[in-house]
Amino acid sequence: MTTAHDSATETKNRIAALEVATPQRDLLMDGLYRLLRNRASVLGLIIIVLFVLGALFANFLAPFSPIQIHSGKGFLPPAFVEVGPNGYKSDPAFLFGTDTLGRDVLSRTLYGARVSMVVGFVPTIIILIVGTVIGLVSGYRGGWVDNLLMRVTDVVYAFPDLLFFIIMMITLRDTFIGQMLNGLFLLFTSLAVVSWVGVARVVRGQVLSLKEKEFIEAARCIGARDSRIMFRHILPNSLGPIIIISAMTVPGMIITEAILGYLGLGLRPSTNPNDFFITSWGSLLLEGQTAINAQPWLLLLPAICVSLIVLAFTFVGDGLRDALDPRLQGTQ
Amino acid sequence: MGRFVVRRLLWLIPVILVVSGITFILMHSAPGGPWDRDLSARQVDPNTQRLLNEYYGLDKPLWRQFVAYIIGDFNKDGDFKCGLVCGNLGPSYRQRGLSIQQILFMPPEGKNFLYSRFGYSVRLGVYAMLFAVVLGVPAGIISALKQNTWADYISLFIVTIGISVPNFVIAIFLIIIFASWLHVVSIVPRSWDQVDVWILPAVILGFGTMARTARLTRASMLEVMRMDYVRTARAKGMAERLVIFRHMLKNSLIPVVTMLGPSLAALVTGSFIIETMFGFPGMGRAYVTAIGQRDYSMIMGTTLIYAVLVALANLSVDLTYVLLDPRIRLD
Repeated sequence: MTTAHDSATETKNRIAALEVATPQRDLLMDGLYRLLRNRASVLGLIIIVLFVLGALFANFLAPFSPIQIHSGKGFLPPAFVEVGPNGYKSDPAFLFGTDTLGRDVLSRTLYGARVSMVVGFVPTIIILIVGTVIGLVSGYRGGWVDNLLMRVTDVVYAFPDLLFFIIMMITLRDTFIGQMLNGLFLLFTSLAVVSWVGVARVVRGQVLSLKEKEFIEAARCIGARDSRIMFRHILPNSLGPIIIISAMTVPGMIITEAILGYLGLGLRPSTNPNDFFITSWGSLLLEGQTAINAQPWLLLLPAICVSLIVLAFTFVGDGLRDALDPRLQGTQ
Repeated sequence: MGRFVVRRLLWLIPVILVVSGITFILMHSAPGGPWDRDLSARQVDPNTQRLLNEYYGLDKPLWRQFVAYIIGDFNKDGDFKCGLVCGNLGPSYRQRGLSIQQILFMPPEGKNFLYSRFGYSVRLGVYAMLFAVVLGVPAGIISALKQNTWADYISLFIVTIGISVPNFVIAIFLIIIFASWLHVVSIVPRSWDQVDVWILPAVILGFGTMARTARLTRASMLEVMRMDYVRTARAKGMAERLVIFRHMLKNSLIPVVTMLGPSLAALVTGSFIIETMFGFPGMGRAYVTAIGQRDYSMIMGTTLIYAVLVALANLSVDLTYVLLDPRIRLD
């Protein structure tokens, strides 16, 4: 009897002493590992980090103040072109040339990155919170709550979103809300009001399939409260799709800001050099549009920046999708 | 199926009500009104403005104006003017004497429907769609058949650019290349009757859709290629061409076909930036102008048409799925 007991504890000890051959990783670490092995995603991450740093430290990196007017030095072509199509000679001090008023294009673009970064991230966070909570409640509660929330979702979904942004921006631009943060606050709200729908739908779908699983039933059996089941059991298990959809949302926001800025409806250009947000890529594109034949470089730098950052986020989004949900590889 | 369609169509009614309600509130909280002119121009005098407001019913309380827009109202002479329920989108405040449906759907004299503003936008959307499908589907198929070869990589590269670069940025690049440097096309053509002036806007508008179509086709081809029935077809000794066209293509195009409706709706409704850039006489540019001019009924009318188009396109997804794949049933 005692020997049997001893051998049992001995086995237990031996098992406990065993080294794990492959280190254990939870789902997210595993996903991160796979993401870092994806070359396109790593490249995307590097570009994003560079842009974030450039945006944060624009005041140190920019060779000039973005609103400093160099009189007599307007329309200068980029430094790598000797003579521009307008016959002006370039100046090595202005690497990417100057605009109509003689403001440095590179400095303005660097400052513009701030707006794009903030517009990419802040509304996405709002959308994630709102969409996740609504999706969770809707999917978990079911019944009339689900019905009501999903009907609201349907209506928002049917609203042509870009049109909504345009109407919102034009309507509220001159009011108190429109003035906050140079108009950025209004931009965030309008973007968030429409875009939470996608997240809510994805989360609801996840919840619907998860809530029938055994581990949820087990949690309910031991008397866990609804909120605990929702936020401790269901939410972590649906994180994968949520992360993927947020990586896909960010570039959409950046593009929308650029479009609105291009239509003259984005950020209000600031004249105070101490402001954090002075100009945006969208407004730079709008300024450049007027001189598309004579000074194409005004358009090229912001256009390339928008494309690069969106491309980077697309790479990361694709990588995340492949890493967190290998079944979806290559779709969409 | 019939019941499902009817239910979804009935569901359009609250959607239209809510969309028009939101648009109405936003629009009327915007500063200024339809009678304001540019500061440089001669202003409409206050007395005329008052008469105009009275004539168009803009002096009534807002809720009454909204009801008048949706259902209708009695005018000064006591005649009942029917509103949205009769398909009347109201009079334009800027182009006097014309109603919104006339502006949007009536072609200039002697031309057919395709020359109306709506017709122009639809044509641009259809051309863009044609470009997207004619180029996107074969690209996706070749890409999948020759997976991981240079053909695949080139097509993936173009697809990634098309998906991530916004179309107005592509437009900027193409305009600089083709109009400023090569002088092949003029950006704002005098007339839209020739075919060649349509190429650039249609290609730009359809580029993103082309990329998405190619990507979807590739993904779904790759999935179908590994199916048992494809292996069976090959095992029977079927010619490769037949395997590809009859077995793989037919099945892999199901998701692509379901995407066509929403894509077309997105192209027709999403074209206003391209329309503004090229001075295109379509609905999108009319919409942007109307917002700037506070032409209330024009804003409402266009938004509603867009919303209905989007809703119908979403419905078409569910229906095409059922038609193409008998395994799927509607609730």
